[in-house]
Amino acid sequence: MPPLLEVRDLHTEFRTGAGVVRAVDGISYTVDPGETVAIVGESGSGKSVEALSIMRLIPNPPGRIVSGEVLFDGRDLRKLPEEEMRAVRGRDIGMVFQEPMTSLNPVLTIGRQITETLEQHQGATREDAEKRAIELLEMVGIADSRRRLRQYPHQLSGGMRQRVMIAVALACNPKLIIADEPTTALDVTIQAQILELMKSLTQRLGVAQIIITHNLGVVARYASRVNVMYAGRIVEAGTAEAIYHDPRHPYTVALLKSVPRLDQPRRARLDPVEGSPPDLTKLDGGCAFRPRCRFAVDKCATAYPRLETVGEPGHLAACFRSGEVAAARENTRESAA
Amino acid sequence: MAVITPTTAPADDDTEALLRQHTILGRIINFARRKPLGTIGLIIVMLFAVAGICADWIAPFDPEENDFASMMVAPGIDHILGTDQFGRDIFSRLVYGARTAMIVGFGAAVGGGIIGMVLGVTSAYFGGWFDLVLQRIFDILMAFPLIILALAVVSVFGTGVFNVVIAITIPLVPRCGRVVRASALAVRQIPYVDAARALGFGHARIVLCHMVPNVLAPFLILLSAFVGQAILAEASLSYLGLGVQEPVAAWGLMLQGSAEDYATTAPWIAIFPGLAIVLTVLGASLFGDALRDAIDPKLRDR
Repeated sequence: MPPLLEVRDLHTEFRTGAGVVRAVDGISYTVDPGETVAIVGESGSGKSVEALSIMRLIPNPPGRIVSGEVLFDGRDLRKLPEEEMRAVRGRDIGMVFQEPMTSLNPVLTIGRQITETLEQHQGATREDAEKRAIELLEMVGIADSRRRLRQYPHQLSGGMRQRVMIAVALACNPKLIIADEPTTALDVTIQAQILELMKSLTQRLGVAQIIITHNLGVVARYASRVNVMYAGRIVEAGTAEAIYHDPRHPYTVALLKSVPRLDQPRRARLDPVEGSPPDLTKLDGGCAFRPRCRFAVDKCATAYPRLETVGEPGHLAACFRSGEVAAARENTRESAA
Repeated sequence: MAVITPTTAPADDDTEALLRQHTILGRIINFARRKPLGTIGLIIVMLFAVAGICADWIAPFDPEENDFASMMVAPGIDHILGTDQFGRDIFSRLVYGARTAMIVGFGAAVGGGIIGMVLGVTSAYFGGWFDLVLQRIFDILMAFPLIILALAVVSVFGTGVFNVVIAITIPLVPRCGRVVRASALAVRQIPYVDAARALGFGHARIVLCHMVPNVLAPFLILLSAFVGQAILAEASLSYLGLGVQEPVAAWGLMLQGSAEDYATTAPWIAIFPGLAIVLTVLGASLFGDALRDAIDPKLRDR
């Protein structure tokens, strides 16, 4: 089966006063129909820009998609006329944004925000759209949906609004949903509810999903495959299983260590990633993670490591020393045991 | 407030309030309860508007008919607000003047306001060179005081009610566009605009259906201020002889010329049109303030 979405060597840059920022610097990955893929990375790693590039929503100026292909359902989205691209947005690809507080229009009712999409893409009449909106609200677990339709976003809690966002994203039966940090702004208890809801709905409806997050805990449970991004590039990719149990890039290892875990001893120290993300205007030819890397050697400064298969097929890492990274982990595991 | 009624009472209040939100009459009652001052403003403006519309039935005399037998009659039984130096009934002229004032006031305010709002929001939405060019054009227009620009336009197009509307509309466009753009710039940054893009909506729809409603609050305050300003500007133009022309009834005209000469001997000639102007402008801005609070859904429920 061909992949639903195939991103090939995508480059997006922003011209700023300080120079050109290569926010997305040559990214390739695929999403199969019905599959959930995670894109993980810290702030400024280019995750969100990457998602907006797929949708062709990069503000230009200052941003620009420089090169690459975004094949969706057999078509290159980058080559579509704007008119057709608009039809793809919202109908074929839905988006759930980070901030449910501000992603809904405060002066439009909940119902209007759902029906408007249906009217736009499916030419639905107002009554049909309204019926569908009630269904959708029930589907995302909003009780008393008939009354909710008439309410405004400020009358709903954060979790509830994110449910509405999901309903909007699902309204036109899209093939893919891009969720940009869908739970970051929510309470921890609500986070789990929302993620469970998204998981069950996407499974039931056979919708593929890209979850963009900095939370590896989210990834473990909800994604089948993971792409780890650093400074605009994918540094490691593989199944969630492989990334968790056999990380080969020092950045992935560092990220995993920085997540608090309940299965560790209580006094175990949390190990944050040292240093801060690199200044994207000042990248040289070498590995961008080098200044923060325990494994860095001279070679890392001169050449950028390519993504290469490590371990099982489909598990890729961009590190000259992925072998040593794995060995070091084995050692610590043994010494701990 | 004094007695805390337990159990069901608050819920009933809620449903009652909800029901009221859904009927137009209910909304008006709600508004009147919460904003008495604004309601008074609205009533004043409405009174003048109704007076203007029904002038033919309300006015006891023909406003343009001279009656040299009763010149400068003080307010009394025959002429409740007196007559001017040509014997024309002041009350009748006020009523017909209200028609002129309302046509010019609302016409120019609504026209200039809407054009300015759409341009302002569009300017903020697209940004870049479009924004730059449009704002510089606004700068040029704003460099002239309202009345000067209106005078310039009138001297090009000529006098008369319709031309006065246009003359006052043009200087109002940048005034509205500028303020609305500032609000729209803030709105532009809020993710729901990008979210609307991600849902595949076109530029026109996003500007008109998603951004415009979010700048309606500042727009409506502006609009109400504009109604007042436009009425004032019309009065000024007419007073200067470049607006509405005699013998059409207009408040500014009534203050003109001999009204000044007779200010001490027959003050009613100047007082009543002046009062009409003051009351209308005040009413318009009182109503505008109240409307702003009422239209914001966040303020509405509190």
